[in-house]
Amino acid sequence: MASGTLYNKIWDSHVVERLPTGQYQLFIGLHLTHEVTTPQAYDMLAERGLRVAWPERTVATVDHIIPTDDLARPYVDEQAELMMQALEKNTRSFGVRFLDFASGRQGIVHVIGPELGMVHPGMTVACGDSHTATHGAFGTLAFGIGTSQVRDVLASQCLSLDPLRVRRIEMNGALAPGVEPKDVILHIIRRLGVKGGIGYAYEYAGSVIEGMSMEARMTVCNMSIEGGARAGYVNPDETTFAYLEGREHAPVGEAWDAALTHWRSFASDADASYDDVVEMRGEDIEPMVTWGIHPGQSVGVHEPLPDPEAFDEAERPTVERAYAHMGFRPGQKMTEVPIDVCFIGSCTNSRISDLRTAAELARGRRVAEGVKAIVVPGSQAVKKQAEEEGLDRVFSEAGFEWRHAGCSMCLGMNTDKLVGDQVCASTSNRNFIGRQGSPRGRTLLMSPSMAAAAALEGRVSDARTLA
Amino acid sequence: MTDLGIRRIEGRAITVRGNDIDTDRIIPARFLKALTFSELGEYPFYDERFDSEGREREHPFNRESARGAKILFVNANFGCGSSREHAPQCLKRWGIDAVVGISYGEIFAGNCEMIGVPAARAEAQALAKLQEAAEADASAEFCVDLERMEVRGGNLRVPIELPENRRRALLDGHWDSTGQLVANAEQVRNVYERLPYTRGYQEA
Repeated sequence: MASGTLYNKIWDSHVVERLPTGQYQLFIGLHLTHEVTTPQAYDMLAERGLRVAWPERTVATVDHIIPTDDLARPYVDEQAELMMQALEKNTRSFGVRFLDFASGRQGIVHVIGPELGMVHPGMTVACGDSHTATHGAFGTLAFGIGTSQVRDVLASQCLSLDPLRVRRIEMNGALAPGVEPKDVILHIIRRLGVKGGIGYAYEYAGSVIEGMSMEARMTVCNMSIEGGARAGYVNPDETTFAYLEGREHAPVGEAWDAALTHWRSFASDADASYDDVVEMRGEDIEPMVTWGIHPGQSVGVHEPLPDPEAFDEAERPTVERAYAHMGFRPGQKMTEVPIDVCFIGSCTNSRISDLRTAAELARGRRVAEGVKAIVVPGSQAVKKQAEEEGLDRVFSEAGFEWRHAGCSMCLGMNTDKLVGDQVCASTSNRNFIGRQGSPRGRTLLMSPSMAAAAALEGRVSDARTLA
Repeated sequence: MTDLGIRRIEGRAITVRGNDIDTDRIIPARFLKALTFSELGEYPFYDERFDSEGREREHPFNRESARGAKILFVNANFGCGSSREHAPQCLKRWGIDAVVGISYGEIFAGNCEMIGVPAARAEAQALAKLQEAAEADASAEFCVDLERMEVRGGNLRVPIELPENRRRALLDGHWDSTGQLVANAEQVRNVYERLPYTRGYQEA
C-alpha cells in the first residue's frame, strides 16, 4: 500500500464513510459536466424526487455536440439541438451554472475548468468523461465516471469508490528539441501498455515533468486513461501556483496565502512509498506517431512498423487487426503514409501553447493539396487569445480552417467527421476504430507540431525537419 | 433504494473475441446523442455488425442464437476507453446480464456495477474453454453463479472473481449507490466543512 503520496492525502481528507458494500464514500470537490453524459442522470434524479445536493459545486458546459462552424440555433443536427435544449432545461431547473456560448466561457470541459481557475491542488474532481484525469495536472485526484455515477454526484456530491494503488512514473533527464508532451505520454503508454495502469493512479514525476508548463502537464495527465490508469497526477509546485494566480476562480489576498500553504501540504512526501515505481529517460523519446487502433500502438517517427511475431501471442490478434484496419505493413515507415485530414484540437492538445506550436510551423507555408486541415481551439478564451496573437490569420493564410471551440473531430459527435477510409493526422487522444466518425476512418495520433507538419507535407513527417 | 439481489444468471452466451475492445466499438459515439438509454439495445457493436449500406455482416451478435443470450464472454481489457455508460447500457438492454472476461477497463467495470451487471474475471485458459464451448454449441446454456463464484456449462466449471464488495452488493441488491450516499448527508457536511477550499480558504 502506498503511503504519504498526494493520492493518499487527498483520499484521506475526502473520505466520508465506509459504505455497507465495503466501498468508500468520497466527497467530490468539483463536478464538471457536459451535455452528453448528463441528461439520463437528471432524469433519474427527477424520477426519484431528488435535487442537486450542492449546486454550487457543479458546473456545466457544452462541448461534444456543439458545431464548430455554424453556431446558429437551432443547430443543423436536430439531435444536437435536442441535446442542447435538454442541458439548458436541466441546468435551469436544477440550479446548475451553465457556461454556454453567451457566457464567453464555453469550451471543452477539461480546458475551461483549469483556465477559469476552478481546479485547485488537493481537490477531488469528477466528470462524466474519461479524460477527467487532465485535472490531475494540478495535483488533484480526478475521476472519469459514468452517467449513474454522475447521478450520484449530483444527488450527494459523493462517489462510491475502491481505493487505487499508486505507481510513480519518474521521467528524468531532458527532452530533445522538438519532442513534445504528447510524445512523452505516447512513449509512456507504449512502454507500460494500454492495460498497464489498471488498478492504479499514476504519479508523473522527475525532472522532465517538473520542468513542464501546466499545459504540458495537462496533456500528459489527460491520456492516463489511455494507459488504463483511473487517475493521473503531478505534484503541485511553483509552476502550478503561478498558473492559478489571478484566474477567475482562484483565491486572492489573504485567502491566496492560506491556499498556498494548504496546496503545498498535499504534494507527495519525499519519503512517500509507492506500490510501484518506473523510471524512464527523457532522452529516449522521439516524436511519436500511432500506427494502430489503440494508443499503445505507436512508433518513433523514423522507426519501422513492428513485426506481429514480436508480440506476445495474446497481443497478436490486436496487432493483426490493426494492420488490417489501417492498411499498413510491418517494416513500413510512417513517413511514407499520406494523410487526407489534419485535426488540431481536443482536450489533449487545444490549448494556446498547442496552437502556438502548430502556427509556428504553418507560418508562411501552405497545407498540401488535397488535405483538409482544421484547427479547433479548446475554448472561447483560447480562441480569443489566439486571435489576439494573430494565429487565426497564420492558420487561415496557410489553408487551415479556423473553427469555434469544441470536441469536434476527436470523436465526431458534431458534423466534423472523417469520411470513408480517410487518414487523419490528429492531436486527439484515441485512434480506436471508428472514433473520428467514420467506421473505416484511420486515425494517427501525434503532437501539434507533427500534425501541422503532416498537413503541410501531405504525409507523416518529422516536424523537426521543417522547424 | 434496494433492488432484488442477483445470485445466478442463466442462459445462452455470446463470445466476442479480442483484447482491448474499446467502448467506441461497443457503441459508436453517434448513438450517444440519444437523450435516454431506452433505445440502445439495438446498437451493440453496430459498426461491426452492419456495413455502411446497413447490410448485416458476420458478427457474434448477428447470429440467431445471440437474441435472448444473457451472458457475454470477452477477453482482456474489455470496455477500455471512453466513460460512456451507454456501453454497458446497450449490452444490458440487448439482454446481457453478466460479462465474463480476463480484465476490464475500470470505468466500464464500474458502470456495469452501477447497473447491476457483474463484470467477472476468469483465468485466460479457462475462459478460452468457455468461449469455445459457447461457439461450438449456440444453444448451450451457462450459469454465472455469484454465490459459488463459478461459471458452469456442459461439463465445464470455471472459477470467477469479482471484488468482494461488488459481489456482495449484487447478492444483496445494493448496487445502486445513490441511496446509501444520500443517507450520509450529515457526514458529508462534516467533510465539506473541514475542507479549506469549500470556504474559499478563509478561516472557519
